[in-house]
Amino acid sequence: MAPSIVLADADLDLAGYEAAGGYQALAKARAMTPAEVTEDLITSELRGRGGAFFPTGRKWSFVPSKEQLPKPHYLVVNADESEPGSFKDNEILSRVPHRFIEGCLITAHAVDCKHVFVYIRGEYSGPYEILVTALEELKDRPEIRGDVTIVVHRGAGAYICGEETALLESLEGKRGQPRSKPPFPAIAGLYAAPTVVNNVETITTVPPVIAMGGAEYAKLGVPNTRGSRVVSVSGNVVNGGNYEIEAGMSLRDIIFDLAGGIANGRQLKAVVPGGSSTVILRADEIDVGYDFDSLAELRTAMGSAGIVVLDDRCCIVELGIRFSEFYEHESCGKCTPCRVGTRWLTQIMRKLEAGDATQRDLDLLLDVCDRINGKCLCPLGDSDAIIIASYVDKFRDEFQQHIDLGRCPFGGHSSLHGVLAPVQQHAHHTVAEVRA
Amino acid sequence: MSDLYDRIQEERAKYPEGSQSAVLPALRLAQEEHGWLSPDVLREVADALELTPAYCESIAGFYDQFHTAPVGKHLVEVCTNVSCAVVGAQQVLEAFESGLGCRPGETSEDGEFTLRAVECLGGCGWATIVAIDDHYRTHVQPNDVPGIVEELKSGS
Repeated sequence: MAPSIVLADADLDLAGYEAAGGYQALAKARAMTPAEVTEDLITSELRGRGGAFFPTGRKWSFVPSKEQLPKPHYLVVNADESEPGSFKDNEILSRVPHRFIEGCLITAHAVDCKHVFVYIRGEYSGPYEILVTALEELKDRPEIRGDVTIVVHRGAGAYICGEETALLESLEGKRGQPRSKPPFPAIAGLYAAPTVVNNVETITTVPPVIAMGGAEYAKLGVPNTRGSRVVSVSGNVVNGGNYEIEAGMSLRDIIFDLAGGIANGRQLKAVVPGGSSTVILRADEIDVGYDFDSLAELRTAMGSAGIVVLDDRCCIVELGIRFSEFYEHESCGKCTPCRVGTRWLTQIMRKLEAGDATQRDLDLLLDVCDRINGKCLCPLGDSDAIIIASYVDKFRDEFQQHIDLGRCPFGGHSSLHGVLAPVQQHAHHTVAEVRA
Repeated sequence: MSDLYDRIQEERAKYPEGSQSAVLPALRLAQEEHGWLSPDVLREVADALELTPAYCESIAGFYDQFHTAPVGKHLVEVCTNVSCAVVGAQQVLEAFESGLGCRPGETSEDGEFTLRAVECLGGCGWATIVAIDDHYRTHVQPNDVPGIVEELKSGS
């Protein structure tokens, strides 16, 4: 049975949330010392839900004490959800805003912080308004708010700001370009002060962890992936949407039971398991547990839990083009391999799709992937390189067909044919073209 | 002092003194008031923040939601990333193109509408997502578009 932990008691106002037991975990946490709260989170084995899967309690424990480093502490919540395929934070903020706020307040207590900044992507007007309304409900409730200030800071359209150091730059009023690490945010984050950066779902999981106790939470799920997970299912399925699952549930069951299977009587071709940045799975690879270890065996990951289901009308080369166009558009431009390389990947695949590519172009495609991967400050370019290499690895025959036939085997009938990407709307391109 | 100046100061007060964190909120306020961020508006924001206009322009240029050229009264943005695209986002975009009379990336001649293809809006399971003046419409199909266009034209 699917657990209801993060998304339980949805769509309630403050009174309803409190009637359902809301803000009692906060009271319980405040009766504990910050170290005890952090210890309970370590016991729960909760790991970050934004994509990097870092153990939450351990992250909190890295914040130096104010005696060690006399600076204010900051909690920054990453609500910049922009990974193609992922839309869980959108629903969490919209439907359980008070559990989210409660999580912010518990975390603030655990890391001894008075200032919380919620960096929400600029496009999320709906969740923003709901969150602000929920915060206003707490205006006359000082016993809940304590001495903590929560500022909701709106982004303005930049995928890269989901990367934590770019987010901090953006929050400081700069262009959202990643910093080099170290120093890590726990030591020198926002305004060069100790900063914890956590994802929305992670923060919203904190109250139930405290309420049930870390040890109880750790009984859910499988080793290395405890508890529940809100997965976003989209693409060619009957019932797209967010589903809260117990970690370890089979990917096949998520797609076929929860999401109702493949729409329009088509056949499953491939699944992007954890947002656009994760290695693709073929249809014969979905009998796998949706957890860290099981997916790692297939060299892929849960990422931000955006499961994109693709049916047999999808041309893998066009899939590569569309995702690569996304990374090209969203590259911040700071590191050359990413800025230039993502564009090269797009262009080489366009040449393949047009039927103009030779064997050398396929080699070049993989060579460019190698020249991006691991050579930049953040994982944006790496993501493009890794997924494109995985498409070639898993669907080499289809890439080869584009060369051998001198055209796309779908002949203009693939589900991604002729899609206009934003990057094509921009008139000025000054980077060198790949020659025919 | 102008109303915008005062509202920008309110934003500045939310952040530690000496920080320039209010740049994004200030640019958003200015854009809401003026429609787009012209050189004059950028100067006004810069003055209110005690920053240079060039700095404000460098920020406005980085973020996709800031307009450094005039846009229509209504902004229609269609997500064409993969999850929307595989269920027909391109057809939705094309329906808006004929309904609004402007191509993606352009503004209609009467200055009423700007149409844009945009990257993932974070509503993939409810595709196709169309943001109209920043508010999402979900499950949009090509045959829904004439009705939406009609609604926008009669309301404007």
